[in-house]
Amino acid sequence: MADKTDLVLDVKNLKTVFFTNSGLFRAVDDLSFSVRRGETLAIVGESGCGKSVTALSLMRLVPDPPGRIVGGSVALEGTDLLALDEAQMRAVRGNRISMIFQEPMTSLNPVMRIGDQIVEAVRLHRHISAKEAQGIAVEMLRLVRIPEPARRAREYPHQLSGGMRQRAMIAMALACRPALLIADEPTTALDVTIQAQILALILDLQKELGTGLVLITHDLGVVAQTAQRVIVMYAGRKVEEASVEALFAAPKHPYTRGLMASIPAVPASGAAAQARLNEIPGTVPSLVRLPQGCAFAPRCKLAIKRCEAEYPPLADWGGGHLAACWRAEEVAEVA
Amino acid sequence: MTEALLEVTDLKKHYPVRAGVLRRQVGTVHAVDGVSFALGTGETLGLVGESGCGKSTVARSVLRLVEPTSGQIRLDGEDITHLSKTAMRPHRRSMQIVFQDPFASLNPRMTAGDIVGEPIAVHGLATGKELDARVARLFEQVGLRPDQMRNFPHQFSGGQRQRICIARALALGPRLIVCDEPVSALDVSIQAQVINLLIDLQRQHGFSYLFIAHDLAVVAHISHRVAVMYLGRIVEIADKDELFRNPRHPYTQALLASVPVANPLAKKLAPLVDGDVPSPVNPPSGCAFHTRCRFAMERCKTERPALVDAGDGHQVACLLNDGTGRGR
Repeated sequence: MADKTDLVLDVKNLKTVFFTNSGLFRAVDDLSFSVRRGETLAIVGESGCGKSVTALSLMRLVPDPPGRIVGGSVALEGTDLLALDEAQMRAVRGNRISMIFQEPMTSLNPVMRIGDQIVEAVRLHRHISAKEAQGIAVEMLRLVRIPEPARRAREYPHQLSGGMRQRAMIAMALACRPALLIADEPTTALDVTIQAQILALILDLQKELGTGLVLITHDLGVVAQTAQRVIVMYAGRKVEEASVEALFAAPKHPYTRGLMASIPAVPASGAAAQARLNEIPGTVPSLVRLPQGCAFAPRCKLAIKRCEAEYPPLADWGGGHLAACWRAEEVAEVA
Repeated sequence: MTEALLEVTDLKKHYPVRAGVLRRQVGTVHAVDGVSFALGTGETLGLVGESGCGKSTVARSVLRLVEPTSGQIRLDGEDITHLSKTAMRPHRRSMQIVFQDPFASLNPRMTAGDIVGEPIAVHGLATGKELDARVARLFEQVGLRPDQMRNFPHQFSGGQRQRICIARALALGPRLIVCDEPVSALDVSIQAQVINLLIDLQRQHGFSYLFIAHDLAVVAHISHRVAVMYLGRIVEIADKDELFRNPRHPYTQALLASVPVANPLAKKLAPLVDGDVPSPVNPPSGCAFHTRCRFAMERCKTERPALVDAGDGHQVACLLNDGTGRGR
């Protein structure tokens, strides 16, 4: 296993809950994972599985109320972020840990020039002159391959296309050379040709700068093409974790298996026209009324009595391939 | 192909761009710029392209929800391009639409049953008990329980709402259903359920789909034929298998190469095109794709390639290799 000092992020037993009118729900329940320098960890799952709340928890940006981090630790380069006060956290956020969001238009300030927004982020953390910061801003825009960076720096967000805006967001997030970058569905709002450009860019920069990357996505194709390790989340919990090769070769959790079977593939050559897809019956359960046992049991073909009664522990099936399923051993044979 | 149910010829839709106090026209958005295709009975034609390529405008023009600037739309051989609202009405029964966002396309103050029953009531086809019975049957067809008829849209999940939209589209026994990104707002596991439902319904009822999506995998799955659009024009159209196995237009090739494959051992991401889609206000001269094309030649800047048959009904609009596309 890797050297301890190589760990950029070490999350242990993270628990984030929301207090709502319809009751308390555990958006993130007992989640542990780590990210090494230069490593890409993908978190996949469907809406409501807790992947975005996980990202917000790492950034300490969970809206409180109604949400609150109630347990666990988030160690970034050895410092527990959950123990910092707000002023200390502000010094870390955007500096050692930064985030890019899905919708660049809503995350950029519409009445501020692109360059000035990067300057602001840089000068918040470094004591340098405005002129030096301006130089860094242009350099960052060049780094994310925006043509004519000096001119673009003087433009406003509405003057840029969607792909350009996401590049500007990345430039801003990386301006202080963070140890960890969190990308929450960074390409979901983009067209597929632009998505390919942006993903390639993120990976190139990550390699160049040695940043740890947590990539949150619902797209298994994106996971396969970018990540080294993958966490699959369902109803607030980690149900499976493995290296990307192991996960795609032999998923251990029936949910992961179901997800993989339900995505249509390009090209569908050879397959008969309009072959039916495998579907997972039912819908994601409400987090307020989670079943007592495994949350996936009501939709699972393999569910047995035990699944409804007891939540399965995360067990190691070899080589760090974790899965929380009572019948993980049989998953490969059945289905 | 069987006889064409829908025939679209040289469809154009231009929007004026106005600016200044006098609202003078300063430009034109070429949303759809000469699109032609035919759709057979029981066939699914997939329409793919990136945002702003005009695919949704094509859908809306076909249904006469937007007035085309020029061109012709024939449904069952009859020209419906210029029919008045009243004359259009009987045709509305045979063409329906399912929208992308099942949250925005259902009236939150109506019960699900009323939403599905409304088209039947509006066209005066049934009332009272008979109407209820028909709605109940529609609910069963789309995989909802008839007792859910009394519920309001907010009580349904996204996938169930899309089922309500599909039931509403089925209510009048249409022959053509336009699906405008029907699954892009849904989760992967739910997406598969809705795609399967659409396929099953087509097998039962034999209607045609004009299926619009940006997700190539989804389109590849449900379509018999696929048309690829770029900046208001169709650049390639072919049978599904042929198109995916043998893409000829450099843009289609770039699109296919950009899709991340769900296999970590398969090819890594290789963006084949740089830059963004140009604005449809002042589309590039000649071939609209020449600004991003790896194979662009001098002629591409001035000559606009026509859609020509490269064999077996595989049509492509590209000047490469005497109009056969073939980039590699």
